[in-house]
Amino acid sequence: MTDEPLLRVSALSKFYGSRVGCDNVSFDLWPGEVLAVVGESGSGKTTLLNCLSTRLLPSSGTASYRMRDGQFRELYRMSEAERRFLMRTDWGFVHQNPADGLRMTVSAGANVGERLMAVGDRHYGKIRATAVDWLSRVEIEEDRIDDEPRAFSGGMRQRLQIARNLVTGPRLVFMDEPTGGLDVSVQARLLDLLRGLVTDLGLAAIVVTHDLAVARLLSQRMMVMKDGRVVESGLTDRVLDDPRAPYTQLLVSSILQV
Amino acid sequence: MTAQPTDIATYNFAYLDEQTKRMIRRAILKGIAIPGYQVPFASREMPMPYGWGTGGVQVTASIIGPDDVLKVIDQGADDTTNAVSIRAFFKKVANVAVTTDTAAATIIQTRHRIPEHPLTAGQVLVYQVPIPEPLRFLEPRETETRKMHALEEYGLMHVKLYEDIAKHGRIATTYAYPVKVEGRYVMDPSPTPKFDNPKMHRSPALQLFGAGREKRIYAVPPFTDVVSLDFEDHPFEVQTFDQPCALCAAENVYLDEVILDDHGGHMFVCSDTDYCEKRRADGHRGHLAPETDLAPGNMEPAR
Repeated sequence: MTDEPLLRVSALSKFYGSRVGCDNVSFDLWPGEVLAVVGESGSGKTTLLNCLSTRLLPSSGTASYRMRDGQFRELYRMSEAERRFLMRTDWGFVHQNPADGLRMTVSAGANVGERLMAVGDRHYGKIRATAVDWLSRVEIEEDRIDDEPRAFSGGMRQRLQIARNLVTGPRLVFMDEPTGGLDVSVQARLLDLLRGLVTDLGLAAIVVTHDLAVARLLSQRMMVMKDGRVVESGLTDRVLDDPRAPYTQLLVSSILQV
Repeated sequence: MTAQPTDIATYNFAYLDEQTKRMIRRAILKGIAIPGYQVPFASREMPMPYGWGTGGVQVTASIIGPDDVLKVIDQGADDTTNAVSIRAFFKKVANVAVTTDTAAATIIQTRHRIPEHPLTAGQVLVYQVPIPEPLRFLEPRETETRKMHALEEYGLMHVKLYEDIAKHGRIATTYAYPVKVEGRYVMDPSPTPKFDNPKMHRSPALQLFGAGREKRIYAVPPFTDVVSLDFEDHPFEVQTFDQPCALCAAENVYLDEVILDDHGGHMFVCSDTDYCEKRRADGHRGHLAPETDLAPGNMEPAR
């Protein structure tokens, strides 16, 4: 870890007319750190994530990202071309619904290879070898490389989406409910995989989830949001074991015990 | 240009009104200034259905003058319905000379072929284009494809070629093969066979593309780089034919398959009829060529 953060967010707000999306959110994210954003639906988690990933422009506030050359760049002042380049090289975005993040009508191999071709890779053999490698890392068998994601199960699609995002070696990955809609055994395997990848690659990640167990497993730090505001933040274990804000206490005590 | 006398008095010269021609010429000039960029234009209703070359006809109508000599080909042939009709149309509304001779033409309107006879400086090749957007089948949103062109994000085009190789072991795209123009814009060369792609590269002739239904005009100025996209380990290559033309014995030309009977009999002949006729007039004979000479423009299948 370096002594400078990867992402600095300060007083970020997004209003939809008079409605609050997220309000006055500030935090720093360090390289290799996983930050979980939890809260009930409608609490502004996804709005925050979309603002940070520049898919949505905030109403006010700033976010600056430390580029590979070590310089901080203000995200909302970059040109669209630069932002889109960042999106497909240094960043990843894992959607809750894999169909949003994948090209459903091209093969798994092409899905993984698209980012490589987008940054100028023009050697079919090398692209394919990288795709095979990444499919095996997300536990998809090599003989499925020419199948379309439509022929994949939900869990496989999600793993393919992760491979597609990680192939260019990003430093920051945004995840929106990465385990949403999967059954518990598939969830467990996916979490295991994600945890392994994040540690191996030293990725920084911002994971939005309403599932506190996911936050506990994946993240080192978490933020609890309610009505667009951050009500509590801190180390994940501290927040979950010793919740201070009344809303966090309610959230933690609402977990179903099996 | 004022209206012509006598028999075409009911139409303005070359059918379109002068304001429309001026608007189309502006689009053409912009297209020439930005090679490969699709310029939107206000496409007009033409006296023919969309898909029959309304874009090409509008471009031709805007650039043609009384001294021009027009040739129209459809899949390389001068004698098919589309070619004959468009030639007759301009003969009527612009009173221009028409020809089937590639070398003699100043404007060649084409549907899906580039003539075999090399084009020269001063000639204009006008393509009829059905779908000008090379990224269309990969990305259906026009807002997104325009953004991709603007930001030069062409990775997706290679995804298509990747899929070809993954499925067929080679790049199986044989027509409308995407090209990069002057190192910047990726362009659809209209559904010409990829055999013709190398002819576009540094061609001395001006190449204009008109898509009437899609309302786009684009251009490749003379001596412009036109490079077919490919992979390092799967380089671009054109179709090859294992036998020469059955009528004129030409090699290294693009051949059409012609069915001769209902017993599986077929032959391969030049798709460029003008080229084939000239060669036969020069005494070249393929293995199915008839004994006697055919008058040009009166081609009959060999038996």
